[in-house]
Amino acid sequence: MTSPAPRTPSRDDIPGWGTDLDPANRPAVPKERIPARLPGLHWDEPEPQPPSVEVLLSTERFGKMTPLFGSTVPPSGISGMLRRAAFRFSENDLRHWLILLASDRTNMVEGVVDDLVHGHVPNLVDEMGLRSAWKHDRERTARKLAVAAGALAFVAVLAASRRKRGR
Amino acid sequence: MLAMNYRGPYRVRASHKQEPEIEHPNDAIVRVTRSCICGSDLHLYHGLVPDTRIGSTFGHEFTGVVERVGPSVQNLKVGDKVLVPFNIFCGSCFFCKRELFSNCHNTNPEATAVGAIFGYSHTAGGYDGGQAEYVRVPMADIGPTVLPEGLDEDDAVMLTDAFPTGYQAAEMGGIREGDTVVVFGAGPVGLFAAKSAWLLGAGRVIVVDHVEYRLDFARTFAQCETLDFKTVGDMAMQLKKMTDGLGPDVCIDCVGAEAAGSFAQTLTGVKLKLQGGAATVLHWAINSVRKGGVVSIVGVYGPTFSAVPMGNAVNKGLTLRMNQASVKRHLPRLIEHIQLGHIRPRDVISHRIPLAEVAEGYHLFSSKLDSCTKVVLLPSAR
Repeated sequence: MTSPAPRTPSRDDIPGWGTDLDPANRPAVPKERIPARLPGLHWDEPEPQPPSVEVLLSTERFGKMTPLFGSTVPPSGISGMLRRAAFRFSENDLRHWLILLASDRTNMVEGVVDDLVHGHVPNLVDEMGLRSAWKHDRERTARKLAVAAGALAFVAVLAASRRKRGR
Repeated sequence: MLAMNYRGPYRVRASHKQEPEIEHPNDAIVRVTRSCICGSDLHLYHGLVPDTRIGSTFGHEFTGVVERVGPSVQNLKVGDKVLVPFNIFCGSCFFCKRELFSNCHNTNPEATAVGAIFGYSHTAGGYDGGQAEYVRVPMADIGPTVLPEGLDEDDAVMLTDAFPTGYQAAEMGGIREGDTVVVFGAGPVGLFAAKSAWLLGAGRVIVVDHVEYRLDFARTFAQCETLDFKTVGDMAMQLKKMTDGLGPDVCIDCVGAEAAGSFAQTLTGVKLKLQGGAATVLHWAINSVRKGGVVSIVGVYGPTFSAVPMGNAVNKGLTLRMNQASVKRHLPRLIEHIQLGHIRPRDVISHRIPLAEVAEGYHLFSSKLDSCTKVVLLPSAR
């Protein structure tokens, strides 16, 4: 249960033991430290970054864009519509987060469609890193693959028998 | 350029992407030389962080060489070797003026609760991360730190997040001489928290996890006791038994939203997403720590809510401390610790693999295969 290691090693055996015992040696004490130690700072307010793409703004920003923002992967498609809808609610509102999670799953489907449209069939073995699973965890991977194959076969048989009955 | 490309839960690939541009006068473009996969990247990889968009590049722990700088950059020059803290911060807002750099209010339009982080979803600002050949680094005059002479780059990359986060976790515990400190989680952050607890004067350090190879490593790396929670019936009872019935002075959560150990928490927090992750460790920490003790939290949780025994926290008179690490304020001291030989952060790295094999790296780390503790991606390796 607990380790067989000695209950408390000697302090002399621990490199640097207690060197930061004095709060003066603790870099984040006090929690709020004024003035901040930031010698490279040479602005009172950062210059605003020029707008380049659609960036969604938290309602808790009260319409004021931040001077800096990330410009990657702007909202698009159905997931983008959902994301815009999510940003009508504040961070304090559960709907904001639940709609964003739904938009993420929608975006995943859009990603597959986009791949196919561009002639790229996603290689799930590579993308899920399954070669390392096969190399380092062969037994469990084989078991999972067998269960997945069995489930697929079961669904196929079920679908075929339904089709027969339908005729 | 080659970059990690998120395709959905449990699916990533390395693919070609347009190189980043200078978008703000204080931007730099950094050619990445080392980039880690962080435990918190796994929350993104598992699809748990809202507003994680397909096509995003993760990676908030990286070092590199400055390739280009914007017109207002004064403190960096092309060719400088830098380590880049995971926080993107402005240095001049209400919070930055108080050294709360991780809580910067000027760099993340999409949320106010969280500051901006490289490659960590649009909830953290929508910036691409460093699991790529090149990355845009905003606020270049205050974020990156030029590598001091002699600092090993593998040590440096650990200073961008994992070591400062572990150190801050221990520091927020307010450790006093001889305190008993329990660290939940034997991943890199937990290991650094345990090691830091000694630097801060702890008398006893116990690391809790359930992965055998990680507990073995914790015993040698952090010279601590370990506890395998799979062998424990009731965590609070066990820790109190180990501490004369009172409980440890400080409990530190270095696990976060995907904690194992409670079926109900995993079901509601991870599988059904009815709360912001499994609050298992928060529950254990609050119920185990001694009355008047401190619970320090650096584990990442979702933005909704977590089922925790708040009544017990009140009745026990606990202090709860938590935050993302403000990396920049810790760096000078932590670099000193490395230079004085108190710690060798690079010892936690278990795998160094080419960026092209990023999907394998994620799977190895996520599934804890091949005794994986930390993966470093090397963009230049083939």
